[in-house]
Amino acid sequence: MAEVIQIQVNGEERGCRADATVGDLLRELSIKTERVAVELNLEILDRKEFDHRSLKSGDRVEILSFIGGGS
Amino acid sequence: MTGDRLIIGGYEFKSRLFVGTGKYKDFAETKKAIEASGADVVTVAVRRVNITDRSKENLLDYLDPKKYTILPNTAGCYNVEDALRYARLARAAGVSDLIKLEVLGDERTLFPDTVGLLEAAKILVKEGFIVLPYTNDDPIVAQKLVDIGCPAVMPLAAPIGSGLGIRNPYNLKIIMEMVKVPIIVDAGVGTASDAALAMELGADAVLMNTAIAGAQDPIAMAEAMKYAVLAGRLAYKAGRIPRKLYATASSPIEGML
Repeated sequence: MAEVIQIQVNGEERGCRADATVGDLLRELSIKTERVAVELNLEILDRKEFDHRSLKSGDRVEILSFIGGGS
Repeated sequence: MTGDRLIIGGYEFKSRLFVGTGKYKDFAETKKAIEASGADVVTVAVRRVNITDRSKENLLDYLDPKKYTILPNTAGCYNVEDALRYARLARAAGVSDLIKLEVLGDERTLFPDTVGLLEAAKILVKEGFIVLPYTNDDPIVAQKLVDIGCPAVMPLAAPIGSGLGIRNPYNLKIIMEMVKVPIIVDAGVGTASDAALAMELGADAVLMNTAIAGAQDPIAMAEAMKYAVLAGRLAYKAGRIPRKLYATASSPIEGML
């Protein structure tokens, strides 16, 4: 079994596999990569990077998308 | 009025009514209201994805980005840093460089912080964004936003969601005369006559959310707004008669007994 690390996703603590990438995390959460933005430790990632950026203990991930809004 | 197209930052729009997507009962109602409004441009907000309940539907499943121009906003941002962060996230999540830039100054009025707005606009224009700034009805700030490189300016009619209508038609008129880019009157519209008045003054478009979503029948109000914007635009182009204090008879005197 792969080692488990603690990360923060959208403000909530959660465990993930030590060798997981951002892309793996999105798949685990059943989030389609189109039309979401991901911020890793305040750095906005290009969608192409999702599968190449691995997560490490203490990382803060923010996953955002569009919702209803006016002003 | 075919051929009367609105062009902003290389985008061309048929409808001069821009609508928000907030405050609706559900996505089905949002979709119906937007269809009834005839709008091409719809605004959206950028927020955290709900990771605990993935059963929630996505707004863009209801609004086809091929059919509508999605205009993300920086609503809820009270400083330059947050506005820049949300604008960049919107671009990363989205399909275009368009951003409705809001830097708010105060929670009670939601009035824009125009100092912060100018600063944020400058940075985002440099980063290649097509910045549509939500601003006060201040002609000097509007001109500064244009000088920075904003391809349109969005002055408010009244506070966001207030429904007070056009509080300062004279300032808006001055902005329309002074500023040589499209003017989109944004926020504060309450009913159809407000939208028609904005267009009669010479606005290039009107943006609203609450006036439609908060109406008793949002879908009917969306349709009313569609006609109000069309009627106002036609009246503006037709050129109204001057106001006079005394009557002028419309029937001839000649031939009377």
